[in-house]
Amino acid sequence: MRYSGLKVLGEGLFGNKGWKPAWRDPAPKAEYDAIIIGGGGHGLSTAYYLAKNHGMTNIAVLEKGYLGSGNIGRNTTIVRANYFLPGNSEFYSHSLKLWEGLESELNYNVMHSQRGLINLFHSDGQRDAFARRGNAMINQGDDAILLDREGVREHLPYLDFEQTRFPIYGGLLHPRGGTARHDAVAWGYARGADRRGVDLIQNCEVTGIDVSNGRVTGVQTTRGAIRAKKVGIVVAGRSSQVAAMAGMRLPIESHILQAFVSEGLKPVIHHVISFGMGHFYISQSDKGGLVFGGDLDFYASYAARGNLPMVEHVMEAGMTLMPMIGRARVLRSWGGIMDMSPDGSPVIDRTHVDGLFLNCGWNYGGFKAVPASGWCMAHLMATGQPHDVARRFRLDRFATGHLIDEEGTGSQHNLH
Amino acid sequence: MRIPCPLCGTRDRREFYYYGSDDYLNRPAADAPAAAWDDMLHNRDNPAGVTRDLWYHETGCAQWLAVTRNTVTHEILGSELVADLKTGPKSARKGGEK
Repeated sequence: MRYSGLKVLGEGLFGNKGWKPAWRDPAPKAEYDAIIIGGGGHGLSTAYYLAKNHGMTNIAVLEKGYLGSGNIGRNTTIVRANYFLPGNSEFYSHSLKLWEGLESELNYNVMHSQRGLINLFHSDGQRDAFARRGNAMINQGDDAILLDREGVREHLPYLDFEQTRFPIYGGLLHPRGGTARHDAVAWGYARGADRRGVDLIQNCEVTGIDVSNGRVTGVQTTRGAIRAKKVGIVVAGRSSQVAAMAGMRLPIESHILQAFVSEGLKPVIHHVISFGMGHFYISQSDKGGLVFGGDLDFYASYAARGNLPMVEHVMEAGMTLMPMIGRARVLRSWGGIMDMSPDGSPVIDRTHVDGLFLNCGWNYGGFKAVPASGWCMAHLMATGQPHDVARRFRLDRFATGHLIDEEGTGSQHNLH
Repeated sequence: MRIPCPLCGTRDRREFYYYGSDDYLNRPAADAPAAAWDDMLHNRDNPAGVTRDLWYHETGCAQWLAVTRNTVTHEILGSELVADLKTGPKSARKGGEK
């Protein structure tokens, strides 16, 4: 079923009785050409591009819960391409271009809104660093505008510019940055993959990876064994557990990142604002809720909930930056399980097992990467070769020293 | 989350700095191959369950602690001084004190 304005109008006139489920609910077959473990954003987009770009339609996505039940269903939805280092820069640039065509590509409203992202800076040195970053973004073909204090004030008059600890010197505006509807991205890719024949199998937890003579031969699941010559692990915060089934020990530590949503308010914040020095960022959803968060809780955790010190820290930072939000009430908060790599950059690579591929280490920046991650993972699984824009996301780079340490904070999992 | 310090008692999590897994304690020999150093610095079991990791009691006794805790429930199961891990607790040592 193709969605359109006419379809919505027609269904509205006749009681909305013609809508059908957006994807099938198939039972697993005994064998597929390829299996993707993980039905989140990255897994679903991998399946979509395997089918669309590489003609591989006899494939399955195995999801232990329901589609989009992990971090793709709970995140702060920021889409941007403001990276500096080779490796990241071209990858996220590619991803943003895919975002810009995603809705017509998927025939699905992912509510991608390029409302502009502003990263604030608070010293002369930081201004220089941001100018350099902006130039790198422009050289990559993306957009960046360096704003002075008055320039920021035109966009964000409500900030406290004179706060004593971090007075605002200016900001780097990335006009093509913005937000999208997180669930819709998973649903759009799921529907697109399903329409091309991909089996999306839910409530199917992988319990083992079968390897024979150094080659992957399939997986064991709670719904029986499934054979496949190619298997992709795309399971974010659970990467260590699934990779261990194939005898791997990953450079990943799972950490917790909290985020918060306020009650619905009238439109007040039109951009995505990041206040890095205070560990705070914020945007406003189309429903009106302020969506904001800060830094990791800083200790390894799978609890999917954080502790109060970071809640207090985020609220304090928000009040420092924009005291006007003090009357807003927090509606809910959550903690996501982040697969933190030692350098803050991801892995899209082969493994020591032939036919077994790994996609992990997205830290807390996986959402914006969903289109390009799937694109490059599909390329890798179909051709056996890394895609050009993801060729530096190697699993062995920690051993060889080819780190992609965007923040320059060193080889420690919780520092990115 | 409150963390029991063997010297200071149970203290608020904010007094502690988290470093990472206790893999950091297993330093390879100086002539060990690069892979051993890579393993110590980067690769982790990363268990969903009981783990032991290193916390520094920054605003307390300035001691490094090895804390055993559950990463799924945030339950803290115990802690000991890193300094004691190799030599044993001070009280159990023989002839060390005069």
